[in-house]
Order: sequence, then C-alpha cells, then structure tokens
Amino acid sequence: MTNKSISAIFAETAEPRLATPGMNKATIFFLIVTVVGLSCGVLAFIFGHHVIYNNTREMPWGMLISTYAFWAITSTGLCIYAAMSHVFGGTRMGIISNRMVWMSIICIMGAFATIGVEIASPHRMLIYNILSPNPTSNIWWMGTLYGLAVGCMIIEFAGIVTGLARVALILGVFGAIAEVLANSCLGGVFATLPARPYWYGAQLPIYFLTAAFLSGAAATILFNVLAYKIRGEQMSHAVHLGVKSAGKAMTLVLILYTVATFWRLVSFYVGGPELGRTAADALISGPLSINFWVVEVCVGLLIPFMLIILSRLENVGMMAIAGFLVLVGQFVARYDLVVAGQIVPQNLGWDGLPSYFSYIPSIFEFGVIAGGIGVVAFGFLMGERVFGKTFTQKEHH
Amino acid sequence: MNIEDLENEKNEGIENMPLQERRKFLQMGLAVTGVFLGGSVLSLTSASHASSQINPDLDIPVEGQYPYPKHYSMVMRQNRCIDCERCIEACKQTNHVPDAHGAYRTAIQERLTTENGVEKREFRPVLCNHCNRPPCVRVCPTKATYKDPETGIVVMDYKKCIGCKTCMAACPYNARYFNEEKYAIDKCNFCIDTRLAEGKKETACAAACPTGARIFGDLKDKSTEIYRLLHTPDTKIWVLRPDTGALPNVFYMNA
Repeated sequence: MTNKSISAIFAETAEPRLATPGMNKATIFFLIVTVVGLSCGVLAFIFGHHVIYNNTREMPWGMLISTYAFWAITSTGLCIYAAMSHVFGGTRMGIISNRMVWMSIICIMGAFATIGVEIASPHRMLIYNILSPNPTSNIWWMGTLYGLAVGCMIIEFAGIVTGLARVALILGVFGAIAEVLANSCLGGVFATLPARPYWYGAQLPIYFLTAAFLSGAAATILFNVLAYKIRGEQMSHAVHLGVKSAGKAMTLVLILYTVATFWRLVSFYVGGPELGRTAADALISGPLSINFWVVEVCVGLLIPFMLIILSRLENVGMMAIAGFLVLVGQFVARYDLVVAGQIVPQNLGWDGLPSYFSYIPSIFEFGVIAGGIGVVAFGFLMGERVFGKTFTQKEHH
Repeated sequence: MNIEDLENEKNEGIENMPLQERRKFLQMGLAVTGVFLGGSVLSLTSASHASSQINPDLDIPVEGQYPYPKHYSMVMRQNRCIDCERCIEACKQTNHVPDAHGAYRTAIQERLTTENGVEKREFRPVLCNHCNRPPCVRVCPTKATYKDPETGIVVMDYKKCIGCKTCMAACPYNARYFNEEKYAIDKCNFCIDTRLAEGKKETACAAACPTGARIFGDLKDKSTEIYRLLHTPDTKIWVLRPDTGALPNVFYMNA
C-alpha cells in the first residue's frame, strides 16, 4: 500500500466512464440540494433553533429526529448485511458488500448531517460528551457507538480500497457490532422513557433492529439496481444473485416487521396507560392515520410485498421499486413513531387541551430533510464514480 | 405450626392489638414503600434512594436516612390555588425566565369538573417535581442536569447542555423548556441560586402565593410546615403520574 500513491489507488478504483454529462449534472444537482438543504439547518444557528424549527416545549422532537433515526437505521441494516456476507459468507450478498459498506457510511453521514443541525449546541456535545459523559444516557451511548461505527467503517473501507483485506475484515466486524449496539441504544432512547407510553417498553429496540434489517435490505436492492442503471449495464449473474438474496431477506423481514407492528399496536388497546392508547389512536384513526394506513402500511408494506411476489425475485426493476417503497414507508414510519410519542398532551384533561397537539414541520425542516437526501444521493453517485471498480471488482475474480 | 393448625386458630382481631404494635406495623409498611410520612399516602415514595452516586450503600431510606443532607420538597394545597398567577410572575422575575412562548418554570393548570352536579373550576399548580429517580437526569448525555448532592434539587449546568432535548422528552411533567437566551434547557430549580443561596427559606413562587397553596421546605427538618403537613394523619396526599416511577418530591393535597 505504501508504495502506491493516492492517485494510483484512485486510478484503480475509479470508474471514469461514469463521468458522463448526465451523471455530472445529477451529481451537481444533488450537491446543490445538499448545500441548500443543509443551509436551512445552518439558519437555525443564526436565527435560533426555536425560530427555524416547529418544535415546541410539548413536542421537542420532530421530523429531523425521525429522519436521523431513519438514516441511522438504514445504515445499520446495510452494515449488518455487508458484514454478514463479507465475514461469514452467509449470503450471496458478498459480491455487492463493498458497495453496501460505502452506502452504510454515506447513510450515517446523512444521519449526522440531519442531527447536526437539529441539536442546539453541537459544539458543546463535542466537548462534554468526552469531558462529562453520562453512562446511563442512551443518547450518549448511541452517539459514541455510531461515531465508533463510522470510524471502523471508514478504516474498513480504506482497507477494501487499498487491498488490506484483513484490516477490512476485522474493522468490518467491529463496525457492524458497533452499529448494532448503536441501533439498540437508539431504540433505547425512546424505549426507556416511562413518561411516553407509546415508546416505553422492551419491544422497541428489537423493533428498531427489525427496521434496520428491512431498510438495509431495501437499500441494498435499490442502490445496486441504480448502480447498474447508471452504468447502462446488465447485472452479472453473481450480482443478480446477490440482489436476489437481499430481496429474500427483505421479504422475510417485511413479514416480521408487519407482525411486530401489528402486535405493537394491539398492545395499546388491551389495557395500559390511556396516553399510549390515545397515541395509538392517532395512527389508527387520528391525525397520523393517512400516514399510517396509506404510506406505512400500503406503500411501505403491502405494495412492496406484492411487488416482490410478482417479481418472483427475478425482475430486479420491480424489486428496486419495492425497495424504494419500503424506504418511503420506513421514513414515514419513523416520523409517525417520533410524533405519536409526543402528540398526546401529558396533562390531557387540563387546560382544555385537545387530544392531540398539532405539529407540521417547518419549510426549513423539509429543507434539512432534502439536504440529508442530497448527502446520500451525492455520496452514492460519487462513490460509484470514485470507487466504482472497487464495488464491482469481485465480479472479475 | 403447620397451615391446618393456623387455619383452626381463632382470629385475634386488630381491636385487641396494642397501639405500639399497630404503629410498628404501619412504620414497617411505610419504610418498605420508601415513605415515612404519617398521612394517608397514595403511591408516593418521597425518600426512596435514587441517586446512588451519593451513597451507593443506601438502601430503602427511613427517617434519618434520606439520600441528601437536605430534602427539599413542595406541598401543593391544591384547593387553595385561585389562579392569581403571582407565583408565575414571581418566578419569571426572580429567575429571569424569558418572555417567550412556552417559557415558564412553573404554571397553573385548570379544568372544569362536576362535583355533586355542580360545575367547579379546579386549579393545579405545577413545576419540576425534583424526582428521586429523575428520568431527565438519567438520559442527559453530558450530565448537564443532575441532582444537587446537597439538596436533592434537580439543577442545570447550562454550559454542558447540548440541546438534544431528550430531558424534555423524558420528563413526565413537561417541566422543561428551551431557554433561547441561555441556549440551553432550563427548568425550576427551587430557586437554589436566586433565593436559597441567599439564605431565604422559600422559593419565589411559594413566597408570592397569597393563599399558602405552595408550601416549600426541608422534609428532613421536623419543625417545617411541610413536614407537619405530610405527617398529619388522615390527610390524603397524592403525586402526579406515579406510574412513571419517577418518585416525585412535589406532593398534592387539599388542606
């Protein structure tokens, strides 16, 4: 490695034929989306987070937190599948695992970009997360573990690019372990708050991990199909098998996730605190019901399930649409989860409060979301261009 | 003695039990629930240890074994509140609470209830409950909020607050808000810095209350009114959201 200059490494990994005018335009477009979108978040530091975002005392968390969770969960899923195939060879996804590692890093960057402008004083976080850590805090563990995971994955990816397979393998395992633990702590952030019955409970961390397996498989299918789409090439048989393998995983987890969602909601109607039931009502028949029934259930679960069956795990285009719809459903599912946990006033019955608070994300929040999508799309395109050969190299072995 | 023999025993009844014996039994029950208050206590455990950092060996505390050198609490004599909001104003002045929407350390909630067919307006003063198992303290990533080791008051170290708002999500009492001037989360601290530090014995809100609805004091000090109120026999005492297990230190009664 040491003998190779950086430019020589990039010469080996880059895919110059992807530098087409169309690709250039798309890359620049997403770069602009990233800059403009995240600028909305930068405005929060100038004019105040309380001015720019529509969060309130009663609903301190909004769409930025849910989107952070969405990207973090997707990153975990990608990382787990990559490590499973890379290390254990348990699936046929090994052939596409390099791309998955890259996209896992990119998705966590999307997550960090989103939460970075959500937190009021991130500079204090950098200092006091180290100087004054609180070991009982899920947020502390989650941040630390995701930080650790991304560090491991970046070294892992550097190992992949430079041919240090052993480094890549070991760091890949550590990265995946850190991602799973971080994901679990992310679930724990919500699951350990008895004040919020809609979140509180032992199921949520497992639910988050299930969501990671679902989003990860969906993202694997989508990004791989897109990678070949932009190349204008047919997938090789081996890559096709890898995508098929992700499709199988997605189908299985779709069922698990649907079952988990069903029982999660049923549990609120058999007893327990009124706050939890009223929150569940928000999804079933209240202000979040269109989100839930139309997007979460139909777009995010039923239609992808039907598409997967129709595709017979052969038609990758159809599978990619299913993967995309799963991701849309998961995005909205995270939003509904975060909002439903706070939407019912804790002092319901007093002050003439309605059953539900009203929360509509501000235009700036939507801007930051677009910025996060921009980060992931830009990262994907740049990855294909700069490391394209690394992603496909296993095909030629 | 086996169970059959026990079944054949005649019930002694409690009427013949000596007073001392009954007291001992009551004390045991109160100690087990972590409460050592003489009133009729509903689901509250004022002195259960929560902050093991103070004394990790501390088990269920009984009188004389409170977790903190002082044990500041507040009693709300709810039926005395007339919603004059002098407490809110005094708090804002004393603690420099910004004049912004949603910015308050204490509030008064109200609702209409019907009692014996007559409609009645009910007021309920609320503020931070300075819980003994404070969810906000547990979740804070940087220990920006913590139990003051001297007083058990839940306080803020503003410079450490990253503004993640997890404490706001965790609080069962909606007691926290984002202070745009400090650019950190703010909350009631029983006027620890603005009044108690100056030797005053009451919080601003309690001092401003014209009806004596808010009684503040050190529960460990038997000469305080709060001690007397909480140890008055046959007083119905309750806390807010006992189901969350936060072990609040603000007690409600109608007295």
